[in-house]
Amino acid sequence: MHRLLIDQPGAKRLLLGNEAIARGAVEAGVAVAATYPGTPSSEIALNLFQISRETDRYFEYSTNEKVALEVTAAAANAGLRSLCLMKHVGLNVAADALMTLAYVGTRGGLVILTADDPAMFSSQNEQDNRYYAKLAGLPMLEPSSVAEALAMVPAAFDLSEKLHAPVLLRTTTRVNHSTAVVELGPIRTPVTAGYFKKDPFSFVTVPAVSRQLHVRLLERLEEAGRLAEASPFNFEAGDGRLGVVCNGVSYGYVHDALEDLQAGGRVRLLRLGFTHPLPEERIRRFLAACDKVLVVEEGEPFMEEAIRAIAQAAALTLPIRGKGAGLFSRLYEYDPAMVRRVMAAYFALPQRPAPALDLSDVPALPQRPPTLCAGCSHRATFYAVKKATEGLDVIHPSDIGCYTLGFLPPLSMGDFVICMGASIGSACGFSRASRQKVVAFIGDSTFFHSGMPGLVNAVFNNHNLTLVILDNRTTAMTGHQPNPGVDMAELQLEGFNRVDIEGVVKALGVAHVSVIRPYNVKKSIAALREAIAFPGVSVVISREKCTLYARGLRQLHGRAFTVTDKCRNHRECVDALACPAFYLEGDRVRIDADICVGCALCAQVCPEHAIQPLRQE
Amino acid sequence: MHTTRLIIVAVGGQGNLLTSRVLGEAALLAGVPVRMSEIHGMAQRGGVVESAIVFGDALSTVISDGEADVLVGFEPVETLRALKKCHAGTTVITNLAPLPPFTVALGKGSYPAVERIQDLVAAKTARLIAFDATQLARQAGNRMALNMVLLGALLRTGRVPVPQAAVEETIRSSTKSAFVETNLKAFALGYAHVSA
Repeated sequence: MHRLLIDQPGAKRLLLGNEAIARGAVEAGVAVAATYPGTPSSEIALNLFQISRETDRYFEYSTNEKVALEVTAAAANAGLRSLCLMKHVGLNVAADALMTLAYVGTRGGLVILTADDPAMFSSQNEQDNRYYAKLAGLPMLEPSSVAEALAMVPAAFDLSEKLHAPVLLRTTTRVNHSTAVVELGPIRTPVTAGYFKKDPFSFVTVPAVSRQLHVRLLERLEEAGRLAEASPFNFEAGDGRLGVVCNGVSYGYVHDALEDLQAGGRVRLLRLGFTHPLPEERIRRFLAACDKVLVVEEGEPFMEEAIRAIAQAAALTLPIRGKGAGLFSRLYEYDPAMVRRVMAAYFALPQRPAPALDLSDVPALPQRPPTLCAGCSHRATFYAVKKATEGLDVIHPSDIGCYTLGFLPPLSMGDFVICMGASIGSACGFSRASRQKVVAFIGDSTFFHSGMPGLVNAVFNNHNLTLVILDNRTTAMTGHQPNPGVDMAELQLEGFNRVDIEGVVKALGVAHVSVIRPYNVKKSIAALREAIAFPGVSVVISREKCTLYARGLRQLHGRAFTVTDKCRNHRECVDALACPAFYLEGDRVRIDADICVGCALCAQVCPEHAIQPLRQE
Repeated sequence: MHTTRLIIVAVGGQGNLLTSRVLGEAALLAGVPVRMSEIHGMAQRGGVVESAIVFGDALSTVISDGEADVLVGFEPVETLRALKKCHAGTTVITNLAPLPPFTVALGKGSYPAVERIQDLVAAKTARLIAFDATQLARQAGNRMALNMVLLGALLRTGRVPVPQAAVEETIRSSTKSAFVETNLKAFALGYAHVSA
């Protein structure tokens, strides 16, 4: 049995935040869940996927977040408790569905989890998705800890069913990827068979209907405000005339700072966990008891501005600060020492910080950035593209995935990256705006996610570009989740179909389509040259399984290579490929046999043919 | 309960996530409050993986610069890079077997002498325990047991409030059964290498 299905209320478990959220979904009796994977949310889905294989709870990896939201919105409106999971930028993709779904509401419970990534540990921006709650008019909960994340899932479902509204559950990386001890609660048996009761004047959003639905949305928001006033997720602690309002992980930092500063008796704390709509009356009472208030929230001044507005309406004139010079930043994530420092300064509390170590004599250290793995097929493809475009002035729009790392030298394959699927749309624009060649990159999962409309656009408007689809047969970056191109039978999973990228590309009307095996360098370069010379839209599908994925499937059989005495130290291998299996011994290039997977790319690049398979002893 | 803050740094693939998992489970077993945070995602792409483990009553799962009481480094340059997390009273345990990043092979940056790394860390912190833990892992039967060697050394310092028996029991119950004996042996070798 899956460890998150164990029915032992009161038992204590050490869980990752994302495991705790998956457990919360189990306890809430979630019947349907859908996602498109994205860090820091991915492990929730991984657990729910495993759980769906051994229960009648349904889970799917949808092609993108918008589809995932539509799937769960329908399931919830057929009466089933449904959970939609995504990273913060995923909600941009789903936003079209979200905004009008907020009008329509839900019959069964629907919770939408958005995992924000302050400091951008693995994201292209650090947008603050709390504004989506405000924009769409939806109730929102925000946990401060792993244990609270678990507890908030069933609570969010209760709230959703009470209000007939989707509820946003907004986490941040430090909740998703923290680990702590939680106490398991009882498991509610899921209702897995729903029924959709037709009601077109509630569900079909023609203007006349939507005008009525907007009225209902505002009524629901008012009711949500009343629930926020009484919610146990909004609580106060301490007393004194100095006030702190905080949310999310900042609460832990404030809590620890109050201990360190021994300021519990002077500082009054308001922790908000039900953060949209805000409990205005409760905040007003809190402000009235304070002389001075500090708002501690990562990201944008979401609460700070709202609290100032509440104070203004109540004619309260106390100082309320949060973001600003000498205070908190809108950038990146916070940490305990930073929060302690700002609290001490703002409230003039004495603190005795330990002197920082003098590190001025520490030499500059070699960087260790994340890089494409040894034997990564993307490296081979990028090398072939580089060779095929030698002497040309080429723009390389790229996309979101491991291959984004190809922008680093020496490969330098990636000139413009903004969001999922944008490689193709931006390639269209570049090809019209400039006489430079355009060779774009997109991964297999990203192609299915949002690449296809861009390609249709390229064909219809007859743009001149080459698209290289890096088909590594999995969604590699986020941990090898399935996508529509994956062979599920290989994973011993039944009941799926497979969508063939080559067939799709041809069906979309692309006139020049070729498939390369990137470890065959010469043939790949030739096929790419031909595609790039083709006037109009050409697509090259570079097909080779992700090395890590192949290893997991026990399909990696290559022998490690070694640099033989024939080496004349040209270093073409290291300088052109930057494979992490290379290291220097003195001034000689060596290959770490523990890391090398035997892809033979460097052996084909070496001008002396000095790189040979290692003889097995 | 007094708060103890531990940072573990490693190169992706060296197995530090298992180390923190074992420590966390052992703390739960022994009734010691524990919270941890990790940055995942790029771990398999050769980057640096950092785990923060907080024992005691603090609620934060993040450790600020200058606030780690103990630092365990799986690789010498990564230990030195994480020195900003330490204070003058910090105990540092480091593996001495280098894994030079590929940027060195590319000629971007040079790898400092391991002796220099030791001198710098020793001069700025309360105690440095530095040894070739990879060699001890090989001696235990598997170079991948490096994480258990360093865990043994960490336990021997007495700087984390988790009993040795709880850690050994957790190694038995929550590491892969085929590796339990090797892991226990590696743990014992690391433990024996350090003087209390």
